[in-house]
Amino acid sequence: MNSITNVSRRGFLQGALSAGALVLSVRLVPEALWAADAPPGSRADQAVLHPSVYLGIDTDGTVYVMAHRSEMGTTSRTSLPLVLAEELDADWSRVKVQQAIGDARYGSQDTDGSHSIREFYDPMCEAGGTARLMLIRAAAQQWGVPEGECSTEPHVVVHKASGKKAGYGELAAAAAKLPVPKKEELKFKPSSAWRYVGKGQSSCDLEDICTGKAKFGMDARTEDMVYASIEHPPVLGGKLKSYDEKGPLQVKGVRQTVAIDTFTPPHHFQPLGGIAVIADNTWSAMKGRQKLKPVWDNGPHAAYNSEQFKKELQETARKPGKAARNQGDVAAAFAQGGKILEAEYYVPHLAHASMEPPVALADYRDGKVTVWASTQNPQGVQEVIAEKLGVPKESVTCHVPLLGGGFGRKSKPDFAAEAAILSKKVGRPVKVVWSREDDIHFDYFHTVSAMYMKAALGSNGMPTAWLQRSVFPSIGTTFNVDATAAGAGELQQGWTDLPFDIPNMRAENAGAAAHVRIGWLRSVANIYHAFAAQSFANECAHAAGRDSVEYLLALVGPARIVDIKKSAPDYPNYGGSLESYPIDTARYRHVIEVAAGESGWGKKKFGKGQGMGIAVHRSFLTYVATVVQVEVNDQGELRIPRVDTAVDAGLVVNPVATRNQFEGAAVFGTSLARFGEITATDGVVDQANFDSYPVSRMNEAPYQTNVHIVESSAPPAGVGEPGVPPFAPALCNAIFAATGKRVRELPLSRTKLA
Amino acid sequence: MVQLKVNGVQRSFDGELDMPLLWYLRDILGLTGTKFGCGMALCGACTVHQNGKAVRSCITTMQRAAGSEIRTIEDVAAHGLHPVQKAWMQVSVPQCGYCQSGQIMQAISLLNEKQKPTDQDIDDGMSGNICRCGTYQRIRAAIKAAAGERA
Repeated sequence: MNSITNVSRRGFLQGALSAGALVLSVRLVPEALWAADAPPGSRADQAVLHPSVYLGIDTDGTVYVMAHRSEMGTTSRTSLPLVLAEELDADWSRVKVQQAIGDARYGSQDTDGSHSIREFYDPMCEAGGTARLMLIRAAAQQWGVPEGECSTEPHVVVHKASGKKAGYGELAAAAAKLPVPKKEELKFKPSSAWRYVGKGQSSCDLEDICTGKAKFGMDARTEDMVYASIEHPPVLGGKLKSYDEKGPLQVKGVRQTVAIDTFTPPHHFQPLGGIAVIADNTWSAMKGRQKLKPVWDNGPHAAYNSEQFKKELQETARKPGKAARNQGDVAAAFAQGGKILEAEYYVPHLAHASMEPPVALADYRDGKVTVWASTQNPQGVQEVIAEKLGVPKESVTCHVPLLGGGFGRKSKPDFAAEAAILSKKVGRPVKVVWSREDDIHFDYFHTVSAMYMKAALGSNGMPTAWLQRSVFPSIGTTFNVDATAAGAGELQQGWTDLPFDIPNMRAENAGAAAHVRIGWLRSVANIYHAFAAQSFANECAHAAGRDSVEYLLALVGPARIVDIKKSAPDYPNYGGSLESYPIDTARYRHVIEVAAGESGWGKKKFGKGQGMGIAVHRSFLTYVATVVQVEVNDQGELRIPRVDTAVDAGLVVNPVATRNQFEGAAVFGTSLARFGEITATDGVVDQANFDSYPVSRMNEAPYQTNVHIVESSAPPAGVGEPGVPPFAPALCNAIFAATGKRVRELPLSRTKLA
Repeated sequence: MVQLKVNGVQRSFDGELDMPLLWYLRDILGLTGTKFGCGMALCGACTVHQNGKAVRSCITTMQRAAGSEIRTIEDVAAHGLHPVQKAWMQVSVPQCGYCQSGQIMQAISLLNEKQKPTDQDIDDGMSGNICRCGTYQRIRAAIKAAAGERA
């Protein structure tokens, strides 16, 4: 059900609008579930899968659009309002974007999974189109002309026959008195009339960012606030035995220390526990921490050693696992012989390392909490604080400043709960600032994985059978320590959805216990699954003695819709319907052809140590093929002069943002492929800052990434994450072409390329 | 008591001398445009100008800042957008934007030293500044655009 209600009198946009303004709410929840006087956040259960957005038009013509998704660099805070402005026929320069607080009435605000545009494109169109029709009707009534004779120019309703015009601001009050039109009455613009959608728009925060005025979570300030730096248990689940309470007080500016209890498993989004040093400024708090002399009971995870764990994962991957997808009979096909290939791949734990570490400011007063958190998940902030402080969720107001990167880490609001707990104990607003070392030590890590691959090639070099097995601790362990087996949500990501045209295919998985917190990182399980599958596909091409692009096209096979439910009944398709978002091999083929063609595949002459590699991958319903060109010198030093990536993301609302995302994904992919590795010794993470956990710098990143956006009328799909998965295998396939060295284990820093 | 000038304003500071300039700017003066990223001069998010040269404010103690002139991102556009800021906007460099204050301060310093930087100059000048979103290609393009405008 989808209905739009005029909520001018409901005051939801309090403070943003003057009296008489037109306020529209677009919802996908039944009317009965949405009582006018319900307190904020009271219907999360009903509304959580149903988005809502808000739009207000003030009498001065200012259009306010609530951005209810967190802005961490994908530009959704600009692109979604742009869609609304398009169908409203608004003048973009008169649109003001306002960031929404956390509130279940908006539906899911957890900004992850690359679905902001996909999920909210239609509601934004409807909100804009509804307001436009109401403004037209108000004008037609005032002028006594048929509504059908009226049209709009940006921000103005026009009656061409009489030459009458009225601005949106002038009409807002009259329009607010009209009943809200039904969805069936709305007329949307044909794409040929679009002024904004598909044209490209820079971030609405661009100038503020470039002048240092933009406010990130790190920049939140309030009167009387104090700062906290927290010493966490070095091993997950460790408990505090003792510490020096007086030591930190010797540091000027330190006020007090506060112990925070270690969570009761599962850790979920709870604080880790530890000791907070409260001080007048961040520096004093950090310095005071060095004098805590904590003694810990490290608990059972102190036995975790990642080198040993890696061997265990690899052992498990060599044994049969649970089938997540099966078609034909791989065992029978392998028994028939052919050229048998086997390979094992490994990708270690990774850390998010967004430039802004986790940070939150909380102010607890009289049972109510106000939070400013660098969060992808403001409702999650409400929930965890409510649970930890024993207050109703509605008593927690979460403001969402800009995020200095997120990549999935900031979906988990443990640090915001720390700030709230401390504010209650200290009796003042407390700002918790994680150091870089805290961020890398205590991340919700991208999981560690081992993959085993086996194929039988027939006489034409094409596989007759393909078996793939992945083993990794599941994200599920964050919510249930026993949920070690992968969920369908993880297995869909590059494992059960393999589009190859092979008669006998089997995708298996086996679980593993987690000894650190596991979370989702930009493109999640696609990273290791695509690395294994796309590298192994290239190994098959080489074994068959065929060109990598030609072979990859042959593997994908003829244009068709993959009947995925037949072989993988649990396949969730990223929450999208298979009718709207089928697995379409024509789109795989097209991006391969575009990337190869644009890169000059097969036409360039390469010298020693030079070469190209390709990989193709569909994730978050977007099809991406990436060609990476490399140079490896005699010292084994790697340079990436050029990347060509072809993207079919369906309708692309904002090509500027999309190009940025795919350029950035190439750098993100370079970082994880070249350097990304989190290890642990006796349960303690070995890496701490950008020296031990390097990420790509300018001189290590691709010199030039060309993004080729495929024109498509398919419904919009994701753009934030899908650029990442094909990058590492394309890079490693290029290294193979350039050097003959096959990389089966990331990061590359573990392999000598010379 | 430490005396210094910040964005043209004379200031005095009587706190701990080992406090990094970064936290003085952010927590005490409220100049939050300068960002915290690593605390070890590894990422460049905290870059400001000390007597006209780019420095990492996270390892510049107040003792070392004494007597100097500090300029932060807040002052760069005090009299209209700087050519580097204009170029940044024209090329649409930022994604999340968190590192960009430091990138811009570093780029201004680079362009003060090299009027027409080569790719190698840009690599050498900018590789101390991390951008996790990966905007390096656009940073390079913006620096070239700013250098072109200045010529």
